[in-house]
Amino acid sequence: MAELHVELVAADRKVWSGEASLVVARTSSGDIGVMPGHQPLLGVLESGPVTIRTTGESGGGTVVAAVHGGFISFADNQLSLLAEVAELTDEIDVERAERALEDAKSKADEDAEKRADVRLRAVTAAR
Amino acid sequence: MGAQLRVYKRRIKSVTATKKITRAMEMIAASRIIKAQRKVAASEPYASELTRAVTAVAQGSDAKHPLLTEAEQPKRAAVLLITSDRGLAGGYNSNAIKGAEQLNERLAAEGKEVVSYIVGSKGVAYYGFRNRPVKESFTGFTDNPTYADAKAVAAPLIEAVQTETAEGGVDELHIVYTEFISMMTQTAVDARMLPLSFGEGGTGPQPGGGKGVLPLYDFEPSAEDVLDALLPRYVESRVYNALLQAAASKHAATRRAMKSATDNAEELIKSLTRLANAARQADITQEISEIVGGASALADANAGSDR
Repeated sequence: MAELHVELVAADRKVWSGEASLVVARTSSGDIGVMPGHQPLLGVLESGPVTIRTTGESGGGTVVAAVHGGFISFADNQLSLLAEVAELTDEIDVERAERALEDAKSKADEDAEKRADVRLRAVTAAR
Repeated sequence: MGAQLRVYKRRIKSVTATKKITRAMEMIAASRIIKAQRKVAASEPYASELTRAVTAVAQGSDAKHPLLTEAEQPKRAAVLLITSDRGLAGGYNSNAIKGAEQLNERLAAEGKEVVSYIVGSKGVAYYGFRNRPVKESFTGFTDNPTYADAKAVAAPLIEAVQTETAEGGVDELHIVYTEFISMMTQTAVDARMLPLSFGEGGTGPQPGGGKGVLPLYDFEPSAEDVLDALLPRYVESRVYNALLQAAASKHAATRRAMKSATDNAEELIKSLTRLANAARQADITQEISEIVGGASALADANAGSDR
């Protein structure tokens, strides 16, 4: 089966890279799924979870990452997800995110609320 | 102990203390270079992917974006100068400032008004002392810059570029920083960030990357919107990269300066020890000759009284 190579990079580090069969991300005009052989694409990402269905030696699996804004670009079976901040769900501290969400709600800090919400949604999506 | 000898001993002691300090600073700088280099390397994938995306949009669409097209008569140019907060780094800061001065002259000769943005208190002090106008300055993070710092620096620059020239905006965006070439070589370079120039030799992430023709992209939602979102990120990433390289260069320059300071202190201790030894020997010689002189004078006096 055809595969696509995925690079998920944040501004200060490479978060994840590997082979995948499907990547689902949210662009400003809606969710988009990219499979191998997709037309070259360049889109603006919304904050939200990105789901990567992996293939490779370890077999099929799913990697979910919380992405806070960024871009998706795809060409020649190379998919790059660029984000200023990106975290894999394994790296997310659920309790901390929940606390942050409560905190942000009580302080009416919209940005922080959104960040915490994106993290929690990503964790939920991974389950 | 002779007075001369005591002075030498005291100086040796003080130089030894200085040597210990400079040696410690050298070690600290050396360990920080590695860390800074690692950060530069870690930021590389994002920067190169972003550059590729920008190139793809700029070449793959007919979008006439103000940030891509050169103004017919550029009137104002922003120059971002990156220096450090602290000195003791040899010629690091003065080289960067000199680079900015040359760029400013060149821009002025082209009839452009220069608007200065400065990172690092050394640069701020230089401009402050000469009463030059500085649009904005940033200090406090030059040793270990984070992406958030880069965003803070880039925000007013992006705003200035997006403002109409007639309303005080700028047409061009230049950056002067010290490029980290190797442990031994760091040079101050200036680069034009915006409007983008393609295929031009220079430093930093270059559009294209020698990959040849890029495929025709499908833009989501539209080329203009993608570009609008991309360019600020592009500026931020360039600023971030420049900050990181400048930090690595600063640490390398500090290391070199402190190494030569340590070497000088060693040299000084050596020559002072020689002088102290000579002074001690002179003291001893004098004492001996005094004793001998005294003894022979005594002998002469005794011989006289015997007669």
